[in-house]
Amino acid sequence: MDRITARFHVTWPGFTLDLDLDLPGRGLTAIFGHSGSGKTTLLRCIAGLERAEQGYLSFNGEVWQDQKTFLPTYKRPLGYVFQEASLFPHLTVLRNLRYGLTRSKAEQNISLDHAIELLGIGALLERKPERLSGGERQRVGIARALAVSPRILLMDEPLAALDLARKQEVLPYLERLRDELEIPILYVTHSPDEVGRLANHLVALAGGSVVAQGLLAETLSRIDLPIRLGEERGVVLEGIVSERDEEWHLERVEFPGGFLWMRDRSTPLGHTVRVRIPSGGISLSRLPQQDSSILNTLAGVVEAIGEDDHPAHSLVRVRVGESVLLARITKRSAAALELRRGLPVWAQVKSVAVAQ
Amino acid sequence: MLLNPADLQAIWLTIRLAALVTIILLVIGTPIAWWLARSRSRWKGPIGAVVALPLVLPPSVLGFYLLLAMGPHGPVGHLTTILGIGALPFTFWGLVLASVFYSLPFMVQPLQNAFEVVGDRPLEVAATLRASPLNTFFTVVLPMALPGYLTASILTFAHTVGEFGVVLMIGGNIPGVTRVASVQIYDHVEAMEYGQAHRLAAVMLVFSFLVLLALYAWRPNARKG
Repeated sequence: MDRITARFHVTWPGFTLDLDLDLPGRGLTAIFGHSGSGKTTLLRCIAGLERAEQGYLSFNGEVWQDQKTFLPTYKRPLGYVFQEASLFPHLTVLRNLRYGLTRSKAEQNISLDHAIELLGIGALLERKPERLSGGERQRVGIARALAVSPRILLMDEPLAALDLARKQEVLPYLERLRDELEIPILYVTHSPDEVGRLANHLVALAGGSVVAQGLLAETLSRIDLPIRLGEERGVVLEGIVSERDEEWHLERVEFPGGFLWMRDRSTPLGHTVRVRIPSGGISLSRLPQQDSSILNTLAGVVEAIGEDDHPAHSLVRVRVGESVLLARITKRSAAALELRRGLPVWAQVKSVAVAQ
Repeated sequence: MLLNPADLQAIWLTIRLAALVTIILLVIGTPIAWWLARSRSRWKGPIGAVVALPLVLPPSVLGFYLLLAMGPHGPVGHLTTILGIGALPFTFWGLVLASVFYSLPFMVQPLQNAFEVVGDRPLEVAATLRASPLNTFFTVVLPMALPGYLTASILTFAHTVGEFGVVLMIGGNIPGVTRVASVQIYDHVEAMEYGQAHRLAAVMLVFSFLVLLALYAWRPNARKG
């Protein structure tokens, strides 16, 4: 499998970036961190827009940077999407799209028509950028990056400059890119929602270093690392909508190891959805609960018990079939239940706590 | 006839001088302005100040030093003698060279400003779209900085038309060679030909007004960089 090896050392006044990364050459890798964590700098170093004094970068065995080499950006087979679409103001949408296309010597694995279709911008081609909405501009920016037939797509917070409605407009297109393109995507973001919804892999950065990297589900469920998406720690499950309960407005999401009833979001049956389950939305018991308001009860096995932020709480990792849940319970409850590794438990998942 | 043949000759010479100086400055002003807009070198301040010097220096001072430099014993004069061109003072090309120095800031400063407005981002975008730096300059920077180029060219042309002190120091007053319109007016006044001075001065006045009108009427519609 193709891989991206990146080692960068950057020192600026008040900021040090020191990274050693081995990134998968497939799927969407979210580079997640707060502002100042170095995530954008990392992406710019990979693109060659920033030059790390000490660095090594190889893409599928080709060296883009080492002590002797520094391939300039325009010779790297990449596509880059900036936070603001940064379309050329003096060119129409179509001529923006063709700008890179005509200069790219790469074999066309993504045709211009395909890029236009993927991003749904066919109706905008003759317009000038000033006559586009923010969401449209960003879609054109993404299509323009794809039109050069890149072998890797780098995206720097492509949704951060958009309001909520525009984000919702662009997100489905990003899901399509992830699912339909054969090339790896590196996606810089500080948004837990975007990670939960888009990422296959996660690289978490803080203060210029890597806190964790790996498959999203595995990385989120590690109890030895303080990785959290948003307010609370939790896991993301991917499942297929298999059934709809019209009477109670619920839909059933089948995931490897079980299923969950969630509020009906009118997802077509058979579609894949992602479900984020915060650790506080799960309770554990030794016996299945009968007369409870909780809809979802999953049989699992305790895999690990670790510390949470507050001394009153424990984090318990529970394996449910092929999936893993993370439950936050009080230490008193953990003691009362005599939780230990290997113990079969029932996990109650509050379905209102479940969100995409 | 509004203007006599000598006046027309002076006007034609002025236009030729100004056009030539503008073209030369477009070529050499662009890299200087680009460097000033993009460089983080500590020389940026001193070089910027040198470029701006003609703005504040009395033209006679500039003309004096240029005369020394171009004279048979000056470095430029030495070079031109070796090259077989001969001494530049009191020739049309000497005037061109002096005017290039004199009008330099009027080309460089608007261009520098325009390049700064374009900023880093379009250059980075172009690089990620496989455009080499030179290609980026011609396909992205130039179109985006076009308003700056128009301003710079108009200002340079107009300023060269209006020069007087440098011309007197370098070019003297040779009809058809160095006698530009401003010098011709001076001659008319010296010779007490107030009528002819009036007509030529009026032509210059109208010209200057039209140039500035074009500049100001057009600026607000300029596309923002």
